[in-house]
Parts: sequence; C-alpha cells; structure tokens
Amino acid sequence: MLSLLRTIGDVFLHAFRPRVTIQYPEQKAYLSARYRGRIILSRDPDGGERCVACYLCAVACPVDCIALQATEDATGRRYPEFFRINFSRCIYCGYCEEACPTYAIQLTPDVEMSEFRRQDMVYEKEDLLIDGVGKYPDYNFWRVAGVKIGGKDKGEAEREAPPVDLHSLLP
Amino acid sequence: MWALLGILFFALNIAAGLIWLERRLLALWQDRYGPNRVGPFGLLQVVADMIKIFTKEDWIPPFADKWVFILAPGIVMVTVLMGFAVVPFASGIVVSDLNIGLLFFLAMSSLGVYSVVLAGWSSDNKYALLGGLRAAAQMLSYEVFMGLALMGTVMLAGSFSLGAIVEAQARSMWFIIPQFLGFVLFLIAGLAETRRLPFDLPEAESELVAGYHSEYSGMKFGMFFVGEYLGIVLISSLITVLFLGGWLGPWLPGLVWFLIKVFAFISFFILLRAALPRPRFDQLMGWGWKFMLPLALANLLVTGAIVAARVH
Repeated sequence: MLSLLRTIGDVFLHAFRPRVTIQYPEQKAYLSARYRGRIILSRDPDGGERCVACYLCAVACPVDCIALQATEDATGRRYPEFFRINFSRCIYCGYCEEACPTYAIQLTPDVEMSEFRRQDMVYEKEDLLIDGVGKYPDYNFWRVAGVKIGGKDKGEAEREAPPVDLHSLLP
Repeated sequence: MWALLGILFFALNIAAGLIWLERRLLALWQDRYGPNRVGPFGLLQVVADMIKIFTKEDWIPPFADKWVFILAPGIVMVTVLMGFAVVPFASGIVVSDLNIGLLFFLAMSSLGVYSVVLAGWSSDNKYALLGGLRAAAQMLSYEVFMGLALMGTVMLAGSFSLGAIVEAQARSMWFIIPQFLGFVLFLIAGLAETRRLPFDLPEAESELVAGYHSEYSGMKFGMFFVGEYLGIVLISSLITVLFLGGWLGPWLPGLVWFLIKVFAFISFFILLRAALPRPRFDQLMGWGWKFMLPLALANLLVTGAIVAARVH
C-alpha cells in the first residue's frame, strides 16, 4: 500500500524532469560518422572514380538492390557504365561497403530520403557519385594496385618494386 | 433552462478537452511531449480526433445483436449526463437540486453499468463478453461500499441534497477532514465506477483486446470514450461537492473554485493512470469485499456514533 503511494509520488516528480523527445524537424538527432544511411560512390584524391565495377557489392547485397555494368575506358581502367541503387529495397546493412575492395561505395549519416513516388527512390550513378573522398582521404586504388593501365606500367605503383626479369641471370 | 444548456455545453466540452489533457499529462509524467503540433499547444488535436472519429466507418458486425448493440453506447452517455443534473456547480447553478440528489447519482451510475454489460453481450465476441462480465462483477462489488462511504457525509450534513451538503460544509468545515476515510473509499470506488486505470479490467487491453468495446468503431466507440471522460468529470465533481466544499473558497467566484478543484482531481486520476499497474481480477474482488466494504461499514458506524453522541 505504501509502495503504491511512493509510486504515485515518483511518477508525479517526473513532471520536473527534462523531456527526452527530440522535436524532429526542428531538432535533429546526432548520427555518428559511421552511421549506415544513404549510400554514395566516392572519388579518389585525384578526382577519378574509385569504383572498378568488380560486382562484389552487388553480390554481397542481401536484397539485390545494386545493379551495375562494368566497362573499360581507353587507358584500360575499369569503371561502371551505369550504377543503380534501388533505395526502396535497400536495408542499409552496409555489406556492400564491407565488400568493396576500393573503398568506393560508402554509407553516410543521412536518413532523410523520403519520396512520394517509389520510382524516385532509384538512384542512378550521377545521383550516387560525390566529389569527395568520403571516409578515406588518401586512398587511391590505381596508385597502389599492381595492375597495368594506361600511363602506369607494372612495377610503377607506390611501394612496388619493378617486376623480376625471369630471363636474366643477375641477382 | 440556461443552467441546463450551460452545464451540458460545459460537461461535453470538458470531456472532449480531456482527450488532449490526458495525453499531454501522461506525456509529461513519462518525460515526453504528447500532441503538440496541431494548433497552439496541440489543443486542436481534439478537433482532429473528433473529425477522425466522426468520419470513421460505423460498422455493426453481422453477428451482433443489432438493436442492443446500438443502444449500449447511448446508455452510458445518458446516464452520466443525467448524473450531472444534480451536481451544483456554484451557488444556484444546478439543473435540479433534488432532495435525494445523492441517491439519484448512485442510481444513475448503477444504470450506467448496463451499457457496458449490454455492449459486451450484444457484441457476440468472447473477449467483449468477458469484459462485460467483469464490468458487472466489478460494479456490483464497488457500488456497495461506494454508497456506504458516502453515508458518513450524509449523516454529517443531514441531507441527501448536494446543495445542502455544500452549505453544511460552509457551516462547519470541508468534509475531507472528518470523513477522510470516506473520501479515500469514495475515490477508489469512483475510479472503479468509471472503469479508469488501474481498475480498467472490463477493457484490459493486454488481456481482452479492448474488452467490452472490442467490436465498436466510429462514433459508437467515441461515445464510450466520451462517456468514460464524462464519468471522470462527474466523479471529480462529486468528490469536490461532497468532500472539498464544492464552490466554497475565498476571493475567487464560486464557479472558479469549483473548476479548480475538479481539475485537480481529474489530473489526479490521470496521474493514477500513469503510475499504477492493473490488479488481477481476484485481487480486485478480494479488495472490494474483504477490505473496502468492512472499512466503509466501520466508518459508517463510528460516524453514526459521533453524530448520535453530539445530538444527545
């Protein structure tokens, strides 16, 4: 019986506590830098596209919301011809980001992407591609990868020794 | 005539406004805001809710007993509004100051149970029926000591008329002091009578879907809803009249004092809803018969002895 009265008193005292509600459109909740929100495609520090169209993100995606088509430019660099994410299917699991070998696809702390028409939730490459480097400022896949492309031969990448000449006897 | 219209207008508007007040107060005690978007302080939420409930489909299930199903929500409104007829809001502002006003109120609140029982029965739904059965049992057991708890007040005032009871308090003191036990008992019985939490066993959402009004929708449901809020206003008004001196109070006009007291009790009822869990049904019945009823009888006995001793 006394505990009932104490409960009533304690609940009444909650009238003087601060309220926990966030008044959403005016106030915004804090989303950490690693929050899994809207997906973007980043560029390397030189301004080139990071995506090499390896399809790993599309394979990792549990809801199959990523569609892309690989192609090559004149210098032999692979890039996606189109890259399409259907955000009305996306579950923001972040598996694509984990699968990406070039840090190209990244999730951002932005969740405000409601649309009236479902078709507007399908983002094309020009919607996804940003001008910045995202979470990895210094990384450039083509500069460290041992792949030969136009303007960079084998052994010319950073921290890479020239290839061993198998036909020579010299050490 | 003007008193009648005024009280009808006042009671119905307060009952509607309580939709907003209850949600805001519950939110306050749960560290939230509650409805605060529609209009200033969210006050127009009441209008929005009304528009919603009036435009909902008014569905009568094909398996229901049609006429009883339609009648039931009307009974709750009628009986509660009839109860307001004997409540003096201020000196002279009363629809009908019957000399048996208190008995009239008790009779009307007992009749109100029919609405719940008939609603539960005519819905032809096991949860609704269980709710109706619970309502019948709960009302029976709490009605008994509700009346008995008030008899101490009646003895002290020497009248069943609510106006005379307030005037008796003007001569001596507010009856909450000599009749504190009666006040507590009537408060608890009043809670059970209006089927408010923690005594909402007839509708017990977590056990019986929505209890007796599971099958109701649209304005028929709305009438149960408004009936419940009217019941809170009525019980708060009666507590004010019987134990807190009704319109009595210094400086301010009588009506203002009455409203202040009534709103304090309405807020207290909402606080109880925010704070207390629902008892088990056997606990509820056990409390009523084994604890409250003997206490009410003892209160009656002691008060009677004191009044008799004072007379002789």
